[in-house]
Amino acid sequence: MYAFNYSRAETGRKAVNLISKNEDAKFLAGGQTLLPTMKQRLASPGALIDLSGAADLKGIEMKGRNLVIGAMTRHFDVATSELVKEKIPALADLAGMIGDPAVRNRGTMGGSVANNDPAADYPSACLALNATIITNKRKIPADEFFTGLFETALEEGELITKISFPVPNKAAYEKFRNPASRYAIVGVFVAKKGKDVRVAVTGAGSNGVFRPSNFEAALTAKFHVKSLEGVSAKAEGLNSDIHADAAYRAHLIGVMARRAVAKANAK
Amino acid sequence: MSATSSATGIGASVRRKEDLRFITGRGQYTDDVNRPGQGYAFFVRSPHAHANIRKIDSTAAAKMPGVLAILTGDDIAADKVGGLICGWMIHSKDGSPMKAGAHPALAQGKVRYVGDHVAVVIAESLAEARDAAEKVEVDYDVLPAVVDMNAATKKGAPVIHDVADNNTVYNWHLGDKAATDAAFAKAKHVTKLDIVNNRLVPNPMETRAAVGDYEPGTESFTLYTTSQNPHVARLVISAFIGVAPENKLRVIAPDVGGGFGSKIFIYAEEVVCVWAAKKVGRPVKWTADRTEAFLCDAHGRDHLTRAELAIDESGRITGLRVHTLANLGAYLSTFSSSVPTYLYAPLLSGQYDIPAIYAEVDGIYTNTAPVDAYRGAGRPEATYVVERLVEVAARETGVDPAKFRQKNFITKFPHQTPVIMAYDAGNYDASLQKALEMADYKNIGKRKAESERHGKLRGIGISAYIEACGIAPSAAVGSLGAGVGLWESAEVRVNPIGTVEILTGSHSHGQGHETTFAQLVSDRLGIPLDAVSIVHGDTDKVQMGMGTYGSRSGAVGMSAIVKALEKIEAKAKKVAGFCMEASDKDIEFKDGKFTVRGTDKSMDFGAVALQAYIAHKFNGQELEPGLKESAFWDPTNFTFPAGVHICEVEIDPETGITHIERWSAVDDFGNVINPMIVEGQVHGGIAQGIGQAMCENAVYDAKGQLVTASFMDYCMPRADDLPSYQVGMTQTPCPSNPLGIKGCGEAGAIAAPPALINAITDALGTENVPMPATPQAVWRLAQKSITRKAAQ
Amino acid sequence: MPKVSMTVNGKAVSGNVDSRTLLVQFLRETLRLTGTHVGCDTSQCGCCVVHVNGSAIKSCTTLALSHEGSTVTTIEGLAQDGKLHPMQEAFRENHGLQCGFCTPGMIMTAVDIVHRKGNKLDEQTIRHELEGNICRCTGYHNIVKAVAAGAEAMAK
Repeated sequence: MYAFNYSRAETGRKAVNLISKNEDAKFLAGGQTLLPTMKQRLASPGALIDLSGAADLKGIEMKGRNLVIGAMTRHFDVATSELVKEKIPALADLAGMIGDPAVRNRGTMGGSVANNDPAADYPSACLALNATIITNKRKIPADEFFTGLFETALEEGELITKISFPVPNKAAYEKFRNPASRYAIVGVFVAKKGKDVRVAVTGAGSNGVFRPSNFEAALTAKFHVKSLEGVSAKAEGLNSDIHADAAYRAHLIGVMARRAVAKANAK
Repeated sequence: MSATSSATGIGASVRRKEDLRFITGRGQYTDDVNRPGQGYAFFVRSPHAHANIRKIDSTAAAKMPGVLAILTGDDIAADKVGGLICGWMIHSKDGSPMKAGAHPALAQGKVRYVGDHVAVVIAESLAEARDAAEKVEVDYDVLPAVVDMNAATKKGAPVIHDVADNNTVYNWHLGDKAATDAAFAKAKHVTKLDIVNNRLVPNPMETRAAVGDYEPGTESFTLYTTSQNPHVARLVISAFIGVAPENKLRVIAPDVGGGFGSKIFIYAEEVVCVWAAKKVGRPVKWTADRTEAFLCDAHGRDHLTRAELAIDESGRITGLRVHTLANLGAYLSTFSSSVPTYLYAPLLSGQYDIPAIYAEVDGIYTNTAPVDAYRGAGRPEATYVVERLVEVAARETGVDPAKFRQKNFITKFPHQTPVIMAYDAGNYDASLQKALEMADYKNIGKRKAESERHGKLRGIGISAYIEACGIAPSAAVGSLGAGVGLWESAEVRVNPIGTVEILTGSHSHGQGHETTFAQLVSDRLGIPLDAVSIVHGDTDKVQMGMGTYGSRSGAVGMSAIVKALEKIEAKAKKVAGFCMEASDKDIEFKDGKFTVRGTDKSMDFGAVALQAYIAHKFNGQELEPGLKESAFWDPTNFTFPAGVHICEVEIDPETGITHIERWSAVDDFGNVINPMIVEGQVHGGIAQGIGQAMCENAVYDAKGQLVTASFMDYCMPRADDLPSYQVGMTQTPCPSNPLGIKGCGEAGAIAAPPALINAITDALGTENVPMPATPQAVWRLAQKSITRKAAQ
Repeated sequence: MPKVSMTVNGKAVSGNVDSRTLLVQFLRETLRLTGTHVGCDTSQCGCCVVHVNGSAIKSCTTLALSHEGSTVTTIEGLAQDGKLHPMQEAFRENHGLQCGFCTPGMIMTAVDIVHRKGNKLDEQTIRHELEGNICRCTGYHNIVKAVAAGAEAMAK
């Protein structure tokens, strides 16, 4: 790691104040992606503002028909929350598949969403559940939030404070893991709310998380595995690496989508 | 020998003596060693696979905070520090010696792989050393690189070492070409396979580390290092690299966190740390990060092989022909030359009676990390060739693979193969039958049908492996080109109150020597296990030794202890004789008691030890006081553990995920001292073999960048990738050592890959399954398999 | 250099650290608690697992300064009053270690699994929960046995 200045913020507001005074600073949430990147000297923020003590950024609650989760809520807390398991079990499921137990004890929803790693899990949930990302400045629909590889709609110094998930009728997440890193090679989140069906794919797209419209159209007609017969993803625009080329990823999108629909319907 | 003479003796699954410190966090690994005033080393490494160094400018770096020194190849050359060596001479077919290019500890004008050592920065802290290293300006003239073996030997390929034309280190061969060609000419059936043995990174969980220290008052050096063989490290650093004479160089390998071969070798970083300690006037510490381990630890395997098996009308194997390209990387590592030659081709007979074998091996330089011994070293590669060929041959000739093997097994011992080895003992069919039973082989058809009903593909695969281990016979290995004999030493120090220290030249880095060796001594001397301590890993304590690799420490190291114990017993009998006024010839030693034969006069071991040191009952002219003996053991032959592993898999054709349903292993290790430890060795070996076959793969891109340089891309098998293993044993004692034991450390890694691949090929109905059989690869083949079945 | 204070293995400790000091470096280098190991740079291997405020985390992927006021338990603090923790005993009894390097992280993870999943653990659960800990020696067979046995023993 390169040297940096460290400060702690006890509240979200203080964190935003601190960062406004230091344009070279970054927020440190759980650090499970940022710190390894810094250890490899691939990132060199001049200062870190540690959010781990900001209690106002934590917590899980229902607000109206939405499940609202604080940005600094740890994956472990999402995975084990009775409220999440009751309202959106697929989200608890997904949180329980991130990294490993020790990573889940540190990593946070806000950190993951803000980082928008193309192989991260949460972006698919945000997109498929039509979540709203709430920052210190505004509310951003998920459809507008994820703008590219490690790119989001967040502006300099803007802090995610919470994420609001409309509770779906049915939802499920299926993940095919990279055998080495255990990140998603393909993760598919399907959600049905009223007549709307949304599908989001992570891990596969060369531009990050995306919604395959043909899958959504087929499932909107009928939310059933059979609706996906003959529906496939195109390899074009998908990632290729030593673990999975684009054609394999395209195939896996279909498999994971079918399994996710079956899982959602089984609940 | 008694099977189990006591709860802690030979044959007992004693819990390990070394564990207390490990489970409480009190182990002392090299990175846990800190010397007062130590500086931290960080190496400037080549980002290019092949380049000339025009200039190194460290002016800016030297001004960075905390920097103590920046040293380059010029400094190493000025101090006449010698290069790293390869200690095993291989001669080509034409009699010419192998073409070994220079291997400097810090680059001399040229770098040959990504990670090659260019300079070292030593600073007050590691962070400062690393900050400064980024300011070292190296002006590279980048050259074209070659990573592919076939490309490397083509005309016009980049020249990696001027001494090696066509980047070829040697064109070596073994066996009778004419006889083999004749066998193929007459064959009823010939099975041909192109085989890739994938490149692996050993990855012990502890990365390499070194702390170099220099004491100016005595002009002596100490090197703490992660070594499997500290004495060999001292020998090489002293005699060849010339840092200090042996009496001024102490090498300590404290607790070592796994080795698997990768810590046998003498590497640049360790040499630089000990040399720099004097140069800088401060102890120098270096610990590899995991990426450095990936880039610079010697890798394993990496063969391309064309293999053919000749079979007569009765289904007997009549000939085996093999041509292998072996990637040796950019430099010859310490034992690299021997791995694809003498540790490989002599095992190509497998467990089979094959009258004619001919093997050609071309050792090739590429712009990749050096390749050397990794768990099994040559023998997994041989077993993979043989067991894939045999499996395919059986299927092609329509014979059950188990029966095909059985028919071709060697049944009479000793057996001279056409490729050097004389197998001393074994009962291959016994292991096969037991494994078939454990695997419920006869009902596999039902289980396959059941899987098919659920849309899954099930397969079963056999691997009947043999290995030559207990790497030693000095004359034998010498005649094959080894620079030193590979005997082992032991010293038994009996203390006045009858406790015992055993000094061994072997080194434990997970194998449990502190327990197994103590069991042997406790058993032989009739003293409690706690009264025995094993001392190893320090050249100031143990005079000389050859270290631990090649599954040799039991067969060779413990045999040396036996020999020293025999001397102790003889001497103790003399002391007992004096004390009990009898001739030593009339003294019997049993269960820790010296008894005058035919009388009830006796002394226990502790009493005799005490009298040996009090020395009142005899005078020094009659008998030397004290009770301490040493011995060197050089066996007459290798040991030949062999066995059969059977793997059963179920494949999800939709995703390509292979699930290992059952693993049945039967190994013949001869007599066993501690079954718990031996089984643990088998488990670990199988896991590494499964890793090779299913997920591990070191990949370089065309420019020589290592694509898999961390655990993010190099797939290490994890707990949920692996099954529990059923482990069974058969026992034919080894006649070549006094304990009748054979090596067990590498067996699993040797046996496992063909068992797993044979199972996958069985499930998919195609032989063309590569290692590693990743989900992607298996999925593609499964699709073809389903299409093919549909067409039928 | 900023100062950090925390409770480690029941003792109040503090030290001045560079802001980039990781928790594992603070433990190993400042406190000389070298039982916690580093086996990788990418948060994969789990050799560095310690408990912070009762949860297992990877001490190589967190800053020392983030743990001001925290309660940390390392492998050295697991045995109480000279008596081994049941999970430590189970690893020894079941030969759940060979070279010992991954062992501290394995044991700390195993104890955390029991805290979260209870004392009756089946093989599949154990293997899944050990996802973030790599062992190169044992092939996991005996680690899985040790965790199951240790979990049961912890109920007593």
